[in-house]
Amino acid sequence: MSGWKQWLARQRYLLDFTVAAMWRRRWRNLLLLLVYALVVFLLASVLFYGSALRRDAAAVLSEAPEVTVQRIVLGRHALSPPDWPDRLRGIRGTRQVQGRLWGYYYDRANGANYTIMVPSHFSPEHSLKPGEAIVGAAVKRLRDERGLGWLHLLSPADNRLLRLKIVRTLPAESELVSADLILVSEKDFRRFFHLKPEDGFTDITLRVRNRNEIDTVAAKISTLLPQARVITRRDILRTYENLFSWREGVVLAMLAAALAAFAIFAFDKASGLSAEERREIGVLKALGWDTRDVMAMKLWEGMLVSLLAFLFGVVAAWLHIYMFDAGVLVPVLKGWSVLYPQVALTPHVDALQLAALAFMTIVPFTAATLVPVWKAAITDPDVVMR
Amino acid sequence: MIFDPVVMALLLVASLGMAGALAGGLFAAQLLRQWNPASGDARQIALERRTHLAATVLRLLLLAQMAALVLFVHNADRMAILFTGAMCALGTLNVNAYGMPAFLLMMAVFFLAALWLLVDAADREGRDYPLTRLKYGLLLMAAPVLLASGILQWLYFLNLDPNVITSCCSKLFTPEGSGVQAELSALPPASALTALFGGLALLAGLAALASWRPGTLAYAAYGLSGTLFFAVAIVAIISVISPYIYDTPVHHCPFCILKPQYGFIGYALYGPLFGASALALGVALLALWPAPASLHDALPHRMRRMTVLSAVLFALFALANLYAIATSDLILFH
Repeated sequence: MSGWKQWLARQRYLLDFTVAAMWRRRWRNLLLLLVYALVVFLLASVLFYGSALRRDAAAVLSEAPEVTVQRIVLGRHALSPPDWPDRLRGIRGTRQVQGRLWGYYYDRANGANYTIMVPSHFSPEHSLKPGEAIVGAAVKRLRDERGLGWLHLLSPADNRLLRLKIVRTLPAESELVSADLILVSEKDFRRFFHLKPEDGFTDITLRVRNRNEIDTVAAKISTLLPQARVITRRDILRTYENLFSWREGVVLAMLAAALAAFAIFAFDKASGLSAEERREIGVLKALGWDTRDVMAMKLWEGMLVSLLAFLFGVVAAWLHIYMFDAGVLVPVLKGWSVLYPQVALTPHVDALQLAALAFMTIVPFTAATLVPVWKAAITDPDVVMR
Repeated sequence: MIFDPVVMALLLVASLGMAGALAGGLFAAQLLRQWNPASGDARQIALERRTHLAATVLRLLLLAQMAALVLFVHNADRMAILFTGAMCALGTLNVNAYGMPAFLLMMAVFFLAALWLLVDAADREGRDYPLTRLKYGLLLMAAPVLLASGILQWLYFLNLDPNVITSCCSKLFTPEGSGVQAELSALPPASALTALFGGLALLAGLAALASWRPGTLAYAAYGLSGTLFFAVAIVAIISVISPYIYDTPVHHCPFCILKPQYGFIGYALYGPLFGASALALGVALLALWPAPASLHDALPHRMRRMTVLSAVLFALFALANLYAIATSDLILFH
């Protein structure tokens, strides 16, 4: 075991020496550290934000119904006939089958799009009487600035005014998907859009008692109702996952240019040894250090800078995303519209992201500095001290 | 599907690995032709200087490749949600024809990299470059594998199509199916358990022998058995340990055990197993290679340490297996 201890002691002395040497050139190293930390910060912000959005979407959808059935006519989403819910109830294993009523409404007053929806029978906490409404937080901000509690909407069917009393605002946790939502009673909904009961529903949702049976139930629905498009909760989750990962990736790919520029900067910094540094290496080699020792010292230097920059960058990104609501990144990653969800994200960092981040920053930096480090280390003492 | 942060990180490492394989391979070919430590020729001096660069680059590069294997598998597991039919890493790997070969080659790279790093560490203990020829001969062998693994990873990620319906592990690892996976799943649990714990007992005995009577033969016996045991362990995990973890006799997937709902126990199994086998491989090679004079004192110490560490990791692997069996609700034997 003495070999091991010896090795450890050697590394400690090298580290001691390296820290002292770095301190002597603190301004130069500080500049490198700053740029490095900035790069880590940018990449980490994108990663954290993307994954927080995906997690929030998944959390919201975890309570969504397992299966959604839509009728497709001419390749487009059409109203489902009123008898569909009863026919679907006939399939074994389904429960809570219900026709949903929802639609989009373009508000000419401010150019925003709302989703108007009738709440589910199965969530009594959202039950509404005619003339009442529950709205998403963004709608509340946009349409009820003075907090009077009234919402006026112009019906797209006959230009008559619908006057609704806002009884509640939806909780902020679900704002990613509920920002533009207005919940109204079925009677108001049908009157507002001129939709008769025999027209049917926008679509139909159902739950499946056994999770392993979801695909079987979906297949049975397709056979029973050939006109239907069946969407499972997993499909929706997959789409969100895909969309956010893709946006995240595109932003990162654009940042690749910054990463390349940073690698060149690091290469340049490492190759431009000052006369003093060169003399220092010469003295060390004259004192008996060999090439391996000098390289080990220089690698320690790189590792210390990397660790510090990684730490600063990650902490700054964490603060940026979770304390300051990701001001820089919001428009690209979340999507944009007049009605903007304001989401306070749930703090979360996972090991996979940190590993990916380390690969993306530390690897290029180290790769860029190795050759200059080696060039410095093989210098002969007599060449530099002459 | 390469616009994904983790995929981009993996491709970056794979690309650097390919560049390293090409440059390292060329350098190794040159070195093997011209290397002559006895000569004081300018060419030899230049070559010796360049080995410092090459060794440092390779050390970092190969470490990154080894870490990339873990990231690759973890990422495949995470991406399973994106593909219809995929439940775990296996489904993601089967989305196209490149996934599984890429994964197998990455495992090969893992062991070659570990072997190279172990030889390199031994080489650095001598001042006269004692194992440099072996080291670069090894690199010349590893370079094509590294290159192929990089190319396959690129092909795999470029051809990931979310519209493909892939197969779930429960379809492949089932005794009723056909193919290697089915054969392994159908193995009788009693013989798999006997092979697993019998093998571990044998390894413990060989490790004890090697520390009591150190010598080429003892180290080679331990190293080779430890390397072969890797295959036995994988077979046992598929045929009997996985069903214990899932509490069901019909599910045999060796990838689902990496999932969070099983407490990431897969990492506790595979981590020690891979480490121990790689160390055993290194012990075998160093024992069978004629020992250089300058390492006469250092090498036996090093082999002893490697054997002890490998044996400890095998013991951890055994403990993880026992834990999986003890905490399981599945009863296979009455």
